[in-house]
Amino acid sequence: MITVEHLCKTFRTANRSAGLSSALKSLFHREYKEIKALDDISFTIPDGEMVGYIGPNGAGKSSTIKVLSGILTPDKGECLINGRVPWKERREHVRDIGVVFGQRSQLWWDVPVIDSFELLKDIYKIPQNAYRDRKEELTELLKLGDILRTSTRQLSLGQRMRCEIAASLLHNPKILFLDEPTIGLDAVSKIAVRGFVQELNKKYNTTVILTTHDMQDIEALTNRIMLIGKGRLLLDGSLEEFKALAGENESLDELVARLYCQYHI
Amino acid sequence: MKQYLSFFRIRFQTGLQYRTAAIAGISTQFVWGGMEILMFKAFYEASPGAFPMSFEALTSYVWLQQAFLALFMPWFWDAEIFKAISDGNISYELCRPAGLYEMWFTKNMAIRLSKAVLRCFPVLIAAVFLPAPYGIMLPGDIQGTVLFLLSMLLAFGVVVAFSMLIYISVFFTISGQGIKMISSCLAEFLSGAVIPLPFMPDGLRQLAEFLPFASMQNAPLRIYSGDIAGAAAWQVIALQLFWLVFMCAAGKLLMHRALKQVVVQGG
Repeated sequence: MITVEHLCKTFRTANRSAGLSSALKSLFHREYKEIKALDDISFTIPDGEMVGYIGPNGAGKSSTIKVLSGILTPDKGECLINGRVPWKERREHVRDIGVVFGQRSQLWWDVPVIDSFELLKDIYKIPQNAYRDRKEELTELLKLGDILRTSTRQLSLGQRMRCEIAASLLHNPKILFLDEPTIGLDAVSKIAVRGFVQELNKKYNTTVILTTHDMQDIEALTNRIMLIGKGRLLLDGSLEEFKALAGENESLDELVARLYCQYHI
Repeated sequence: MKQYLSFFRIRFQTGLQYRTAAIAGISTQFVWGGMEILMFKAFYEASPGAFPMSFEALTSYVWLQQAFLALFMPWFWDAEIFKAISDGNISYELCRPAGLYEMWFTKNMAIRLSKAVLRCFPVLIAAVFLPAPYGIMLPGDIQGTVLFLLSMLLAFGVVVAFSMLIYISVFFTISGQGIKMISSCLAEFLSGAVIPLPFMPDGLRQLAEFLPFASMQNAPLRIYSGDIAGAAAWQVIALQLFWLVFMCAAGKLLMHRALKQVVVQGG
């Protein structure tokens, strides 16, 4: 169970115009611009739900994920995940969550994937038997058999992403955050990843929060959609309700683009 | 504890696979050590009376320094850590149920130790067989050897604890360029890596001997060569212990504050 209430986070960035004179001026006088990355965000996600979190670049999606995973401390607001405040009890909290950042890697790049897995086993203190079963299951579902002994740097992006997802799930987390997990993947890998996440949710009732720009991901995986823009939560409803907003012959991608325009985000 | 041990193991194993780098390192260390000894020999011949250490003590100092360079070099930085902070890859490390300070500390120890293990033996063995006074003296007595080992361990800890402070400072400055350069130069000079501290003029020498940098290579190398012995050695070791505890505490405190206000870079 995830409850978020009135979450706010403001970043301050130093701004200046182009050119030498403004560069010199900024040495003495800085102009700061405040950017509201999260502006009064509230929502509740029950166990086992799969939620699609969408919005344009810079809308605050990643900031939300960072707060929920205990990395970022918000300025204001409350957040309770399975009874814990993520940024206050980071170590206990992260045992229950798995995170995949599509644009980053958690595997040690100069050792075989299996070594990274073994290390994660020790870091999460997973008992040997549980680890073995889990590894076998993930290996089968994500078809990792041939690539576990390869070192990470020699994997293709699709292979690596499958390993990344497996790595995030070794400790069998109750909640999975997927931050653009299909970015840059080919059609086959995308479908494999989607199928796997569905399977996972069905089998373990894992809560999944997915941020993506790929509306097919959303359609295939989620039953609820949250739309965020300029730090504000603009829409929160079921996939059907969302689809109903679309006009005739309007694809989901077109709908999303229209909504972005409509909300000036 | 076991999680840090595993973390140590994977980094240590990775470090051991870089054989060519080790061979290059060993040859550099031979040439460098040889050149230093020749230079000091010129000074020694010019006026042996003004020489603050015995020549044998100095050559032992130089060879040990070259053999264990990887443990003590203050200019070695783990580029991955700087990169993780400035491009935001630290996200993943923060998603682990482990202390970030402890993980980075372990990682740095493992990298340095794997380098040292590959490099130290050829240098030590060759230096033992060099004719006196150019080679390395064998340790005099058991007590001295024990003190040396203890002091070496503490010095290693102090070096890593010091570099941790520099890593953590990057949370606040984003780029490590400037602070890396300044701290490398200061630590290199004041830890006795360029010239042993006894060669420094009075005043500066006393100051340098109290600073944390003297608790790096200066302490164990001078204890080994007998330049510091007996009660003085215990004093030096106590000071090392103080700096180690102090810098670890400061590092953990700063890390705690940094993580409170950390802005993970990038989307």
